[in-house]
Amino acid sequence: MSVFGKSVLKRLDWLSILIFILLVTIGWVNIYASTYSEDELAFNFSSIYGKQILFIGINFILIIVILALESNFFERFASVIYVIALILLLGLFVFGTTIAGATSWYNLGFFNLQPSELAKVATALALARYLTDIQTDIKRKRHQFYGFLVLFIPAILVIPQPDPGSALVFFSLVFVLFREGIPVFYLGIGLFTILIFICTLMFGTIWITIVLGILVSLFFLLKKKSFKIPVIPISIALLVTILFSLSVNFVFENVFEQRHRDRFSLWLSLEKDPKKLEVIRKTIGYNTYQSEKTIESGGFFGKGFLEGTRTKGDFVPEQHTDYIFTTVGEEWGFIGTSTVIILFSILLLRLVYLAERQKNAFNRMYGYGVVSILLVHYFINIGMVIGLLPTIGIPLPFFSYGGSGLLGFTALLFIFLKMDSNRLKEGF
Amino acid sequence: MKKILLSSIIIIIGLSFVGRLSYLQIFKYSTSTVIEDPAIKAIYDYPERGHIYDRNGKLLVANQPAYDVMVIPREVKKLDTLEFINLLGIEKERFLKQLNKAKRYSTRLPSVMVPQLSKKDYARLQEKMRKYEGFYIQKRSLRYYDTDSGANVFGFISEVNDYELSENPYYKQGELKGRTGIEKEYEELLRGQKGVKYIQKDRFNRDIGPYKNGALDTLPEQGKEITITIDKLLQEYGEKLMNGKRGGIVAIEPASGEILSMISGPTYDPSLLVGRERSKNYTKLYNDSIAQPTYDRSVLAQTSPGSPFKTINALVALQEHVITPETRIQCYNGFYVGKKKRGCHCGGGHRDLITGIAKSCNAYFAGTFRKIYDKYETSDEAMDVWDKHVKSFGLGNFLGSDIPTGRSGLIPTKKTYDRMYGDNRWSSSYIISNAIGQGEVLVTPIQLANMTAAIANRGYYITPHVLKKVEGEKITNPNFTEPKHTTIDKQYFEPVVQGMADVYAKPGGTAYYLQVKDIEIAGKTGTVENFTKIDGVRKQLTDHSVFVAFAPVNNPKIAIAVYIENGYYGGRYAGHIATLMIEKYLKGEITRTDLEKRMLEKTLEKEYAKPLSGEPFIINERVW
Repeated sequence: MSVFGKSVLKRLDWLSILIFILLVTIGWVNIYASTYSEDELAFNFSSIYGKQILFIGINFILIIVILALESNFFERFASVIYVIALILLLGLFVFGTTIAGATSWYNLGFFNLQPSELAKVATALALARYLTDIQTDIKRKRHQFYGFLVLFIPAILVIPQPDPGSALVFFSLVFVLFREGIPVFYLGIGLFTILIFICTLMFGTIWITIVLGILVSLFFLLKKKSFKIPVIPISIALLVTILFSLSVNFVFENVFEQRHRDRFSLWLSLEKDPKKLEVIRKTIGYNTYQSEKTIESGGFFGKGFLEGTRTKGDFVPEQHTDYIFTTVGEEWGFIGTSTVIILFSILLLRLVYLAERQKNAFNRMYGYGVVSILLVHYFINIGMVIGLLPTIGIPLPFFSYGGSGLLGFTALLFIFLKMDSNRLKEGF
Repeated sequence: MKKILLSSIIIIIGLSFVGRLSYLQIFKYSTSTVIEDPAIKAIYDYPERGHIYDRNGKLLVANQPAYDVMVIPREVKKLDTLEFINLLGIEKERFLKQLNKAKRYSTRLPSVMVPQLSKKDYARLQEKMRKYEGFYIQKRSLRYYDTDSGANVFGFISEVNDYELSENPYYKQGELKGRTGIEKEYEELLRGQKGVKYIQKDRFNRDIGPYKNGALDTLPEQGKEITITIDKLLQEYGEKLMNGKRGGIVAIEPASGEILSMISGPTYDPSLLVGRERSKNYTKLYNDSIAQPTYDRSVLAQTSPGSPFKTINALVALQEHVITPETRIQCYNGFYVGKKKRGCHCGGGHRDLITGIAKSCNAYFAGTFRKIYDKYETSDEAMDVWDKHVKSFGLGNFLGSDIPTGRSGLIPTKKTYDRMYGDNRWSSSYIISNAIGQGEVLVTPIQLANMTAAIANRGYYITPHVLKKVEGEKITNPNFTEPKHTTIDKQYFEPVVQGMADVYAKPGGTAYYLQVKDIEIAGKTGTVENFTKIDGVRKQLTDHSVFVAFAPVNNPKIAIAVYIENGYYGGRYAGHIATLMIEKYLKGEITRTDLEKRMLEKTLEKEYAKPLSGEPFIINERVW
């Protein structure tokens, strides 16, 4: 205890820690439920749930180490950590071990290390470090571009592994940029692009053109007399949008692979023939189909701990990793799933609040990075499992089985909590 | 904006997740039972179907094992196909077709390769089965009949259909259920309760152990053993007598309402509807639209009762005090309806009640019927009174027996005639045919037998039924144990019974020549005119032969109704058969071997072929 001094423990944000402990515990209980076997008589440490409990133990050592470090350690060494992370990502192309089709791991004998998990922490740190540099001015387009590059490099390195999920995580750090002054307008454009893409797939370019035309006409008709219309920019925007819409089908048919197309077909119900749709649901969409059905079968109260029949029958693939939420759904029902959603929401909102109260800009930006990374994991994972998003392999923080992931998320969170505990001392 | 952006996104995401989850887990969630869960397989343990015994404890229906050859396609190894198909007794094409069908269904799950091997094939196959990996023999239970008769009584079992599946959650696809007869009526007694084991499956459909450690599993409950009222020997004898004849026989023990035999001709061997040839045989029987062997004439054939109905009219007239047994009516070898004369075969002269019945005088009963009618001021009143009395004999409506099929028959009411002729536009001459059991009255053989039992009991009947004991315990259902009284007082029965006894006993009685030594039988002949349409033209056919009887007269043990299509005089086919059945039941042996020989030999096939031949034919021929 003397290492920290009494004050550090006192100033830690215990609400976040409590939720963290709850999530890890609930996560482990569900990993146990989805991987134990009724034949085993005693607790088995070589099993998946046994290993996970070892990881949780190691995790607590990691927490102690982080809390013991100097608070500004991470700010000082952010660049070094970032470079090490990038080297580890590059090294995968030569020394990586392939598991389940993705070359994302180093085989260390006792443990498979997944450097992308480290890279997430490193990138959050590095971005905060770059933006707080005395020479950086976020208002300048050039520096905006450099900031973006910090995310872009690790993202580009994980895509060929292939690990598109992690790439999305790196991109999510743009929220830090928005917080620090990049116009939200960009986000608007991004969302608008996605919207047009989806709508084109669902309704076709002709409808898009008609609807946009109507909207623009309404805008002209209902405007205030005094308002001057930027006719040329609007016309250009309209034209670009329609051209983009036209290109969507081309990209969809020629650039995407069949499996991607199928995922979209399933997600957006593009296939109108119910028989073909059923085939897609049971082949490409097998995971989604099973996970939705499994969650649905839990009902309001769930079937009870270790009573999940579909869980026991291994109907859901990868249930202890990416699909761990289905176990919650089946065995604990709506009560369980909504509890988990509420816990995540409180944790994330709490972290936003903590980030906002930092006096040190680096801490605030890092805090935003933490929230962005956790949020995108949580959003994509649960969204996929409950059938709102297409299938993208990404773990649920603190829940999914996996040592690197658990250690990565814990480090991410506790580095920030350590910073937060020091905010009063460092204030300037 | 930039400060609340992330918080708003977190809240929106949280809300949409909770929304989606409540859609999935609350709105879409159905209270699906364990049965519908794909992760749980229910394995059923079927108890043996209950055996059926006759009234004397003789076995009628039991079970026999059948052997299905099953296949699990994934486990099939290379095999000597030629030898195997020889052992199975099927062609190569069929073998390959079945194997492909099984593969399409599932490579991991068993399918039937060859259903219901004969015992002989099974014996040959069993020792060599080990050579054929992926194939095995599964035993199952089929009905076994220890008799070749009674098919219409027992009914049969077959797979449940879609309607029954949706109506009754007990049944699952492919299970068997009683379809007609006793098998249907007492389905729940006979089948017992199947046991169930719930097995947890994985996604490859493999068993991975019991679900909830068997907490929901149940043990099967054996099917009940039942004893029925049918007399096996009498039933078999009756079916033998029906050789080549169409019609129905129903014999009842009057004191108890127990059905001793219930015969429909032509019938079929119940064993035909069991085993590998089942569907072929069923199609053949079902499609025989001329002889209709699956049509149970003993409960379904509705016809005019003919002269046996005169006994009821006599009873009504006595009860209504419009005649006494001594009342005499003149027969002019017929009687007049208006100016039209209708015939009588009794020989003419003065008739009283007893000779009227014994000689079956049409004129006597026409007169009697008019007297009942004339007692009341209006036709409506007369009809109501007559109806009430007649219906108290169980006629004109469903009997409520435990035979699941049946017809109501018809006893006309004032409404029937108002519909036919218009309100109050009819009188006794319109309905006089009912006096002699022609007219509008329709009955089934079982109703006729029950009516006879009511006369034998002198005033009451017990609803006819076939269930006697369940697991050795006598039935207590009041519907089948408590008497139902007719509206006729007891004292009026004696003269009528006397008349019926004279049918046998007195020279000139219509069944005098059917007398059996040492048995006093009371009977009544009937000869029923009937018509058909040939190429749209109404054409009369040879009369139906009808006979009712009970014996012994003073302590009736058996009441019987026999109806033989186109058998001509009541005393001929129907009278013969009724007499033989009574003798067989009461004595156990036959002294009137002349009658027996005639019945076993004579068939009516020629008679039935007449209207189908397309050539002119004569009816009511004298053949002996």
